[in-house]
Amino acid sequence: MKLITAIIKPFKLDEVREQLSALGIQGMTVTEVKGYGRQKGHTEIYRGAEYAVSFLPKLKIEVAVKSEMLDAVIDTVTAKAKTGQIGDGKIFVTPLEQVVRIRTGETDGDAL
Amino acid sequence: MNMQSLKKAGGTALAGLGLLALTAGAAFAQDAPKLDSGDTAWMLTSTALVLLMTIPGLALFYGGMVRKKNVLATVAQSFGATALLSVLWMVVGYTLAFKANASESVNQFVGGLDYIFLKPLTLESLSGTIPESLFIVFQMTFAIITPALIAGAVADRMKFSAFLWFVGLWLVLIYAPIAHWVWGGGWLAGLGALDFAGGAVVHLNAGTAALVACIVLGKRRGYGTENMSPHNLVLSVIGASLLWVGWFGFNAGSAVTSGFNAAMAMLATQIATAAAALAWMVAEWVIAKKPSVLGMISGAVAGLVAITPAAGFVDPMGALFIGLIAGIVCYIAAVWLKRALGYDDSLDAWGVHGVGGAVGAILTGVFANSAINSAGKGWLIDGNIAQLGPQFISVAAVFVYCGIGTFIILKVIDLIVGLRVPAEVEVEGLDINLHGETVHD
Repeated sequence: MKLITAIIKPFKLDEVREQLSALGIQGMTVTEVKGYGRQKGHTEIYRGAEYAVSFLPKLKIEVAVKSEMLDAVIDTVTAKAKTGQIGDGKIFVTPLEQVVRIRTGETDGDAL
Repeated sequence: MNMQSLKKAGGTALAGLGLLALTAGAAFAQDAPKLDSGDTAWMLTSTALVLLMTIPGLALFYGGMVRKKNVLATVAQSFGATALLSVLWMVVGYTLAFKANASESVNQFVGGLDYIFLKPLTLESLSGTIPESLFIVFQMTFAIITPALIAGAVADRMKFSAFLWFVGLWLVLIYAPIAHWVWGGGWLAGLGALDFAGGAVVHLNAGTAALVACIVLGKRRGYGTENMSPHNLVLSVIGASLLWVGWFGFNAGSAVTSGFNAAMAMLATQIATAAAALAWMVAEWVIAKKPSVLGMISGAVAGLVAITPAAGFVDPMGALFIGLIAGIVCYIAAVWLKRALGYDDSLDAWGVHGVGGAVGAILTGVFANSAINSAGKGWLIDGNIAQLGPQFISVAAVFVYCGIGTFIILKVIDLIVGLRVPAEVEVEGLDINLHGETVHD
């Protein structure tokens, strides 16, 4: 099993969610986050006063999947979250040791 | 006494020319003024309108523009100033500003002390065609808003105690003498400077003090790197709108009558304000690509400020031009000049009130039309270019006296109580640290 953590542009969430549902992904967790990548934010001027925008608003999606689903999920997120502009985000994949559904006590593949 | 109070009645409009008959529509006998119920009714209304400008108008205008952690501290400055300055005006402000000094030479610069605590005031005391009690409270509302305006430049970092000391001393030492120069029969009135409702006395004066104060206090911590955008511009829009409406009392009320002069001043106020809001909006749209809400309301306030000395002297075309010019000049001052010179005039008290007041004071000499008010002959329509002389002198005099005086007052307060909050208070927020409250949890 794998945990996929994707940082995406907020306006891309709906497209990503729809396509992941179509793939048969049963659930995901979404968090509003702020961060920066290679372009390190930028500066803006409001009413004559400059300020640094070091952290830009993004969404973090977390999806736990069976290992065989991994490539399909990565392809889907990449395709749907991509604009081609800087700041499209990243996907992190980590191994997942155990999953438990709290209500029933089912584990691992059955709990996904 | 009669002469003096008569002069005051018309004096605002006549800028001390002493030509009483010029107040449009005023039909009182020169040596025996009688109460006019129409004038009195309008001045009662105007007084309430001008108070509305400070509370809640200015409190909301400024309160919406600061960051969430400093909203109550900002509102407290407007409200606290209203309470303190009302009392000080009764104690000593009114007499210094509006009563004659026994010494003719001292009277050029400051009034006398006969009216300390308003002791000689009686129920039937008259000021022109209205009760003197009404004139006192009308002028009190001006004495409240002028120092309160300065808060915009020092937002987010000044101690509340230091602010109260400052506005109190500033009222007595700066505002009262300058009001006396122009409206109380002092030397600028003698020069023939035109200032209908306080372009120099109120706005340039407060704006200059704001510039000096923001330089003396220094920039806000994080200025130039942190985002200091307004936390709630809706509050600022409500505040600016209350300022706009209240300003009818400020400008049309400064006719101190309820006749033609007041009505024309109201029309000029509306035209100039709208024109300046449009001018700022368009300038910002062209230069910065987006017409910000803060820009629109700032433009409106710039127009209100610039028409203040001119309302009651100019015709509708003059008002239109003053508004358009003020909107663009104040936009440049608040956005470009501030950045170029590097001072942190947090809410643009200098950029809008100081610059707008100076622009208005000078343009009054350009656009004053003697067909609107025979006391004011300007350059463009009446060919009286000489009027620009007293206008420039009044701007320079207010700038220099207020600038130096404000600097000294601030330095003394800094020595005794300290001007600025400690760094951790500034970072954590003034609301919780100075007032023990927060605006929302």
